[in-house]
Amino acid sequence: MVSLPTQFGAEFRRFSLERSKPGRFDEFYGLLQHVHHIPNVELLVGYADVHGDLLPINNDDNYHKAISTASPLLRLFLQRKEEADYTFGTNSLTRKKNTVLSAVLLRPDATRKKPPVIISLPRDFRPVSSIIDVDILPETHRRVRLYKHGQEKPLGFYIRDGSSVRVTPQGLEKVPGIFISRMVPGGLAESTGLLAVNDEVLEVNGIEVVGKSLDQVTDMMIANSHNLIITVKPANQRNNVVRGGGGGGGGGTASGSSGRSSDSGASYYGYSSHGGVGAAAPAPSHIIQNFPVGELESEEEDDEDLVIEVGGEAESAGRDPADYGMPSLPRYEPHLNLRTPSALSVNGAALASGSSGPPSNANSTTPSPDRAAEMRSLEEDGTVITL
Amino acid sequence: MKRFRRHGQESQRERLKQELFQFNKTVEHGFPHQPSALGYSPSLQLLAIGTRSGAIKLYGAPGVEFMGLHDENAAVTQVHFLPQQVELVTLLDDNSLHMWTLKAHTGLSELLEIGRFTLTGPPGAPPSVTRVTAVLAHSSGELLLLGTEGGHVFIVEVPGFRELEERNISLDQVASSVPDNYTCRRNLEHVEALQENPVNPSQVVIGYGRGLMVVWDLKKQRAIQHIPGTQQLESVWWTEDGGYLLSSHNDGSYCRWTMGSKDVDEEDVKSDIPYGHFPCKAISKIVQLSTEEGPPFLLFSGGMPRASYGDRHCITVIHGKTHVALDFTSRIIDFFAIRGGPQHTGDPSALVVLVEEELVVIDLQTEGWPVIQTPYLVPLHSSAITCSHHVSAIPLKLWERVLAAGNMQSTHYSKKPWPITGGQNLGPDPPQRDLLLTGHEDGTVRFWDASGVCLYPSYKLSTAGVFHTDADPNDNMNQGTEGEWPPFRKVGCFDPYSDDPRLGVQKIHLCKYSGYLTVAGTAGQILVLELNDEAAEQTVEAKVVDLLQGQEGFRWKGHTQLDVREEPVLFPPGFQPFALVQCQPPAVVTALTLHSEWKLVAFGTSHGFGLYDYQQKNNVLIKCTLNPSDQLAMEGPLSRVKSIKKSLRQSFRRIRRSRVSLRKHHAGRDLPCISIPHQMEIAPVQRKIEARSSDDSFTGLVRTIYFADTFLADSSHNTPSLWAGTNGGCVFAYMLRLPAAERRADEPVTAQPAKEIQLMHRAPVVGILVLDGHGAPLPEPLEVAHDLARSPDMQGSHHLVVISEEQFKVFGLPKVSAKTKLKLTAMDGSRVRRVGVAWFGSSRSEDYGESGLVVLTNQGDVHVVSLPTVKMQVHYPCVRREDVSGIASCVFTKHGQGFYLISPSEFERFSLSARCLVEPRCLVEAPTDSSTQLTLLFCPPAEVLQEIQKSLEGDHT
Repeated sequence: MVSLPTQFGAEFRRFSLERSKPGRFDEFYGLLQHVHHIPNVELLVGYADVHGDLLPINNDDNYHKAISTASPLLRLFLQRKEEADYTFGTNSLTRKKNTVLSAVLLRPDATRKKPPVIISLPRDFRPVSSIIDVDILPETHRRVRLYKHGQEKPLGFYIRDGSSVRVTPQGLEKVPGIFISRMVPGGLAESTGLLAVNDEVLEVNGIEVVGKSLDQVTDMMIANSHNLIITVKPANQRNNVVRGGGGGGGGGTASGSSGRSSDSGASYYGYSSHGGVGAAAPAPSHIIQNFPVGELESEEEDDEDLVIEVGGEAESAGRDPADYGMPSLPRYEPHLNLRTPSALSVNGAALASGSSGPPSNANSTTPSPDRAAEMRSLEEDGTVITL
Repeated sequence: MKRFRRHGQESQRERLKQELFQFNKTVEHGFPHQPSALGYSPSLQLLAIGTRSGAIKLYGAPGVEFMGLHDENAAVTQVHFLPQQVELVTLLDDNSLHMWTLKAHTGLSELLEIGRFTLTGPPGAPPSVTRVTAVLAHSSGELLLLGTEGGHVFIVEVPGFRELEERNISLDQVASSVPDNYTCRRNLEHVEALQENPVNPSQVVIGYGRGLMVVWDLKKQRAIQHIPGTQQLESVWWTEDGGYLLSSHNDGSYCRWTMGSKDVDEEDVKSDIPYGHFPCKAISKIVQLSTEEGPPFLLFSGGMPRASYGDRHCITVIHGKTHVALDFTSRIIDFFAIRGGPQHTGDPSALVVLVEEELVVIDLQTEGWPVIQTPYLVPLHSSAITCSHHVSAIPLKLWERVLAAGNMQSTHYSKKPWPITGGQNLGPDPPQRDLLLTGHEDGTVRFWDASGVCLYPSYKLSTAGVFHTDADPNDNMNQGTEGEWPPFRKVGCFDPYSDDPRLGVQKIHLCKYSGYLTVAGTAGQILVLELNDEAAEQTVEAKVVDLLQGQEGFRWKGHTQLDVREEPVLFPPGFQPFALVQCQPPAVVTALTLHSEWKLVAFGTSHGFGLYDYQQKNNVLIKCTLNPSDQLAMEGPLSRVKSIKKSLRQSFRRIRRSRVSLRKHHAGRDLPCISIPHQMEIAPVQRKIEARSSDDSFTGLVRTIYFADTFLADSSHNTPSLWAGTNGGCVFAYMLRLPAAERRADEPVTAQPAKEIQLMHRAPVVGILVLDGHGAPLPEPLEVAHDLARSPDMQGSHHLVVISEEQFKVFGLPKVSAKTKLKLTAMDGSRVRRVGVAWFGSSRSEDYGESGLVVLTNQGDVHVVSLPTVKMQVHYPCVRREDVSGIASCVFTKHGQGFYLISPSEFERFSLSARCLVEPRCLVEAPTDSSTQLTLLFCPPAEVLQEIQKSLEGDHT
């Protein structure tokens, strides 16, 4: 039963429950509200499971499941519903902001010998890469998205001409193809582990590269470098994502397609109009995207240009430039740096201290400054309630 | 219902597109690259040129042009018109013969290939037996005599290419009748020449390489006379009266043989080595033409003394006491003379010479044999083309003044009209007067009349006079010394040697309304010129502009700036420089524009840009765009060449070293497999995938510069503005304040920075354009004042169009808010190389038209992008993507046409507009008197031939 006052207004409660009699979810929910002195605040409740995944608690079943997994500490994460910014799921438990954290001690005598691993929410981590569209691509292919986001790290790979064997109705046919030829150590591409030398590049941001020259593909990739989505046929087919598995493609779960030769087309779900250069679509909209829509939008915003009025006062050429607090000094900074949400400064501090702070202390910032005072008062009488 | 209506709109738009856009490559201007054969038809008055790439081009009266391309990618080695017909035969390098005809179709003639043929020898014969070395199109128009490397003469019936085997003249037949005393009878070698007796079509002379000439009777099928030449034969000419035969030889001699019925004796020979005493080069072709009164013309090419003038390309013309060795600028391909008179048998009127780099026509009837200016086939590359600029719809006044200035420059040309007049030009008169300006390496700007099919030279401006150059002005190559032998005379204008590469013209801008011209060059020089009808002596005031603006740590490693002549210079009538800006560092000028209404010139280099007021001769603005970490920008083009050389040298060394080590390996262990790892080490061509960064080299290079009267600060007041776009994807906008007209000369012009736009994708900005309230591009300066354009709409909001190599983006003004965009590179990997604004008129309705961007990509495709919606309208493949210099040379007109260099000497003209199309439309009719003449000429022999054939067949059966 520790309450750590933090300079960030993070709130931390520790209390215990009887494992054998967990009760119903709504009772538990009421208890949480009571413990935190926030009776009228709508909450999202989540917990960290044994794998470190952030999973929701919103009904009796998952509540019971959560209690059963406590060993003995169950870490709960609370967040105000209107500010909820994380999703539950695999590897989703990350360091986060604006959350109220509770830790439930199932056994009051448990010591804090094993500090919990700090796992952050996706929002706090800048995504570096992702495998997307697993459900619609052939197993032999992999669509990888690299997020450049104006960071210093180079994309860091090279491509070359080569030839690949395709299965056609006429039989096997050798066709020219584009391959990854080299990875720059420490580069973005290498650090993702999703691309490898000799992977064949099939598409760049949804456009097939068949029939295009090395220089054309180079130019396409560079033009899309801030949000590069490349579809490859990995040279090593043993680590393919198992479709329908939902979980991450583990190294051990081979897809069974390693011996398979490639399919006849670049992708069998066929793009209808990639040849139509006339399409004025601002983004390659015909990518079938399973990714959250918001991501696409942000990609659009990424493409905004920086307009500087006389005297160095900068504003984004976006549709609504007022939203972004624009520091006036770094005129030639890639302006992505300038366009993080308004809470950026607070958040940045939290990030910095979060990593250096006591490991047991998963801290969080208060939702708003005016609530901070209230929270502080709450902290003082933070208690452990034993039922 | 809604969807249905939209569909209807789309199909309507498709229909409209078809009325607006249409892609055609219409005509090739300039001089064919690598010509390899020349032919002429006196009856058609058409000239034919074959090229090494297999093209065949026909030219007649100005505007009459035809072009054909052989499917085989082989050089055309010979072109022969069939006498009195509209057919011609070409011989290619691969030994194939091709029959072409000019077919009239809907009132216009087309050049079509109608047949091809390759000689087939007997089975097992070596290929030399059928390798064609000489072609004679017999005057009957029915026969083709083909002499081969094996010494045989094959006879083929044309136009169908039917071999008349029984009439072939085999080497054995000829050799058996050669007199025993002939020294070289063992080996006659190949057939070098075939000539027909001008007075007896049944007689031909066969000239063998070794020197023997045999007169063969086609009817009797036997040799009737042997001419025992002993020198390696080069060519044969039978004089018109049939009385003499001229042969030219490898040792620079020629012989005149008297023709008779019996074999020629040594006494009948008159031999001469015209440039003798010392060993001479071969006389490759000899022609003698009689005149009605007076001595004949003797023309021959070559024959120069080997040691002293072996490198000259000469044709000697001897007429009576006049003897001139015409000294050409490049290798002579072939020549012929045009003769006067109704049957083209009169006095020679002109000598037409095809040399490798130009066509020269010499007037043989005017004293001094002046050159006749060619209306087409002009060598565009007389000095290498470095840039071009097209100006549409030139006002008549300026046009006349430019032409008048040009006429004063061409006084040394013959007054005689162009002698090649075949065909009729049926094309309509050009709708407007267009000028194409080409900048050259030697600092000249050439003005071409580009209104029609013929690209006609109209005026040449030289900027070199403003500067001190390395060339000695007294060094006049054209003046031959008195009494020199051979009596050389320089002809032709091809002169690829530049006195000073810094003079090279890089950018040109002409204001067609005011006659102001600005020309910028390699050493950062920007000249402002004014059209003056009188010669004037004036000093050109130079203004140095320091574009580095105090940026420290840079040292220019390139060339120095040009030295300006401080004394007054006499400028001939035409464009005369009156102001000069010299950029410091003296890097090549990469962007240039002129606003004649505001009297401002803006320019950019790799270091920054500047604005110059040419009325007050003052700098208004200097802006440094150089990235502080960019050292590469300080290396001039010359130092880069040095570094390339250095790296080449290093790589050669590396190769040598690796070879040495390879050899060592081999010496050590005699295993061939050792070398395999070495081969494997060769890295494949690979490309780095990396986002552009602000630290890249040459981000500060100014790619485009633009003046606009638009809304830069607020939406209620439009002001003059200057826009500049850089290689790093940055656009700078300046607001200009101009004093009122009456105080323009005294009060300063000022420029205030207003906006900077950094494009997120950082691709080079290649074009900037402002659209008015109607979405139409702003008119050119003075265009409205001259009532030639509607004044721009200033009520609606203006839009800024920024064209980068990768995208087209439209921004609202004055806030520069993003409106729409079109991504090019992200979609198909192509990049914008050239861009222009054009107006497309509908081919169906006279009054409808729209503006669009015309774009050429690095893939060689041309696109039309609509304005202001930036939507792709049409795209066509235009230039081969490998043809980098062709793509770089492309220039667009304001009416949807364009030009690009297909070789250093030729512009291809193309059109994207369905309405505005300049293409040759011409008709060539078969010679009117040909039918009667033909029957007279070939009927009797044909009958005889048939008889012979019958008798031969009878013998066989």
